[in-house]
Amino acid sequence: MVRSMLLMRTFARVAVLVLCCAAAAPAAAHGQPPQPQDEFVPVGNSPAPEQIPAAPLLIGAYVIVLAGLFTYVFSLSRRLGAVQRDVERLEGDLRRKGRA
Amino acid sequence: MPKWFSPAAILCGLMFVVSPVLIARAPDEAAMGMVYKIYYYHMPSAWMFLLAPLVCGVSSAFFLARGRPEDDRRAWAAAELTVLFGALTLITGPLWARRAWGTWWVWDARLTSSLVGWMIGWAYLILRRYGGPGSDKLAAGVALFGAANVPFIYISVNYWRTIHPPTTVVPRLPVDMGVPLWFCVFAFLLLFMLLMTMRLRLEVARARLDALYVAHDE
Repeated sequence: MVRSMLLMRTFARVAVLVLCCAAAAPAAAHGQPPQPQDEFVPVGNSPAPEQIPAAPLLIGAYVIVLAGLFTYVFSLSRRLGAVQRDVERLEGDLRRKGRA
Repeated sequence: MPKWFSPAAILCGLMFVVSPVLIARAPDEAAMGMVYKIYYYHMPSAWMFLLAPLVCGVSSAFFLARGRPEDDRRAWAAAELTVLFGALTLITGPLWARRAWGTWWVWDARLTSSLVGWMIGWAYLILRRYGGPGSDKLAAGVALFGAANVPFIYISVNYWRTIHPPTTVVPRLPVDMGVPLWFCVFAFLLLFMLLMTMRLRLEVARARLDALYVAHDE
């Protein structure tokens, strides 16, 4: 009984000591001087989003959308024009055949 | 072209001229800054990219059921618009993501299912171009898969873990951000209708040309 009481008291003292050390550690670390930088990293190589300029991406997106839509409309009207010309030519041929 | 085509084309052109002014006047987003404004063209493109495979799939289902060439032509036109608007969505999205997420692409459910939807659109067009006789029905079957993928693309951001914004951001937009967005949505919807009309007219002209060639040879 006495032995177990002694063991519990020892355990409580150790626990209090550990908690105190843990609480003091960040403060101690904060008080230490910063570690020296062992390499320099150029800002251009950083993948952080704030280092990437927004304007070229924004302008690029709008230019690509408008250019893509314009190209498609242009291609569609060219295809439509070519087919309609062929239709008119064949209709003319058939009309001439009919007369002959 | 139908009577409404020219006024609608002029209105659509004006809307695309006015839209950059509205977008420029809209405020920047707090976390993403100016690059967020890609959203005003990205999201309407993405909605048309969801609408086109639905039109293609429903028209293909009607074509398989009734066998009418009008349904097949509508499906073919919509498949081409799937590829067009899919390309615009899949290009503008990474441009936005590069700044907002710090990466061009992530293999999450939204982006991957969108890429699959775009590839199904390409599969339809390749089948129609090189499939030979009978490819119309085979392509119609592919279009059904493309349409079935649409709800999956839409809900993917709400059900799976992703860094893509969820669908709930649209109804929660403040007025000064919502007005330019809905303006662009209507401009893209009008453009979609105009392009569908033009593309359908091309298919009708091609069918007429085929009939004339047959008559010419006889």
